[in-house]
Amino acid sequence: MALAGSLANAAGERAAAFPRLGARRLLVIGGLALFLGGTIFGDVFAVFILHPNADRIGQALAGAVAAVRQHRADEAGRSFEAIGGLLENRGTKVDAHAHMIGFGYLAMLLAILYPWIRLSEAAKRGLAVLLIAGGVVLPVGVFAIHYVGLAYSPLESIGWASIIADAGGLLAVAACAGFLAGLWRGWRSDEPPAEDALLADRSWAGRVLLAGGTLLILAGFLHGAWFAGVDLYAQERQDHDLLARMAESAAMDPGPGLIPERAGAALNAYGNLQTDHAVKIAAHSHIIEFGLIALMAGFFQPYVLLSERWKRRWAVVLLTGSVTLPVAVLAELRFGLPAGGVADVGGALVIAALAGMLTGVVRYTGCLDGFAEAAAGTTGGGSGGAR
Amino acid sequence: MKRSQQVLAIAGLALAVWAMCYGFYYAVWVEHQTLDHIGGALAGAFQHASARDMAGARAGLDDYARAKYVYTREVDAHSHWIGLAMVLLALAALWNRLGYGESARRLVAGALIAGAYGFPLGVLLQNHLAAPAGQGIAIGAAGLLIAGFGAIAFGFARGS
Repeated sequence: MALAGSLANAAGERAAAFPRLGARRLLVIGGLALFLGGTIFGDVFAVFILHPNADRIGQALAGAVAAVRQHRADEAGRSFEAIGGLLENRGTKVDAHAHMIGFGYLAMLLAILYPWIRLSEAAKRGLAVLLIAGGVVLPVGVFAIHYVGLAYSPLESIGWASIIADAGGLLAVAACAGFLAGLWRGWRSDEPPAEDALLADRSWAGRVLLAGGTLLILAGFLHGAWFAGVDLYAQERQDHDLLARMAESAAMDPGPGLIPERAGAALNAYGNLQTDHAVKIAAHSHIIEFGLIALMAGFFQPYVLLSERWKRRWAVVLLTGSVTLPVAVLAELRFGLPAGGVADVGGALVIAALAGMLTGVVRYTGCLDGFAEAAAGTTGGGSGGAR
Repeated sequence: MKRSQQVLAIAGLALAVWAMCYGFYYAVWVEHQTLDHIGGALAGAFQHASARDMAGARAGLDDYARAKYVYTREVDAHSHWIGLAMVLLALAALWNRLGYGESARRLVAGALIAGAYGFPLGVLLQNHLAAPAGQGIAIGAAGLLIAGFGAIAFGFARGS
């Protein structure tokens, strides 16, 4: 009876720290799901849309150069309209991917900081729902911008999809402002926060993920600094100069052909420049993103109900994918599509590891609920017996 | 919870709220108009070239390059503010594992906060100040961030 009582107490304490439909559980599961959704969407986008879209942009730019050659100003304008549409298609998908992942991070970070946020559970739950709702509505709205356009819009340059996306952003801002107020109240309060398993964990998987995540973020910082110092300004100058060379060559160069040799060379160089720029930005952002997710996954190890062996495996898989994707993305400059394929495999490794960890978290919550119900039954039975 | 840890957590979440407010303002009042401007300037440049008006084409391309330069920095400021806010929040949670005393922790926290707020601000200011001034702020703040993060990595290695 004493053992049953102590088990019931332990289960009750754990269930109280991570209650069913509680704010913290919503933030952990919602955050992981948003990150996973954003990553899967990004992988699908990279495989099926990114490269064909870049080819179409190149073709439209070549069409604009040919139109300049033939004195067809309207045709040149139409080519740039097409390029605008293609860039919007790409840009909205990149934004949807990045924002979904960003909101996933925020939700998970707030779950980690949860004990320091001094608000009632109901208020925290309301704010968590707002944040997750904003994290879904904003990326869905951004995704729809390209398809909805300005149809039935009351505004000159902003369509309904943008309005919905902005409303999603407002939900997230309101939620974070509420959490910030709770953090501020926690700071002002003299009462110490409760001890928390997430911040105390020292398991192998947790330590490896925290160390790996820190190193990935540091590598991302250094790569970003190198890119900004060496490449960014040079690429901006090249972008302008190559477009100028295309226009001038098409307009002024003598000789036959729709695309003069100098304009053709500038077109090729422009395509290479765009690839170089996109690849370096993608490597920089992904290495930092994966560093952050490794840090957060490190925190959540106490909530991953898997055997120690599987926890270690998923940690190694996550870090392997986190290094593979950015390195392979950078290697695309030299090795082309095969490296792109390796990068996609890296993304798939990250997705598989996070799906494995999410399964562990869901198992943990199920187990916790089972214990809590059993504990309630034990307590209820005892009380009944006493009566 | 130590004071440096509290300051880092609050500064991180405040930066996230600020970054989202800036992103909201930018998306509603600036971004669509800026993208239309960039596309219009580039299309106009090639249309001038079609008419063999090369001075007009060059002016259009200069306008395009300037608008794109400004747009890149505005978007970069938003994305770096939010990204660095999340790094501050994550580090706040890990703060107890740093192998430093409170005074050293305050120094590291100060460097990280100044870097996280200052780096995107420097990027953004490149649109409004002479480029070297904005770059100087961005480089100084990035240096603080890298030094702070290096100190954190060393502090984790020393352990709590």
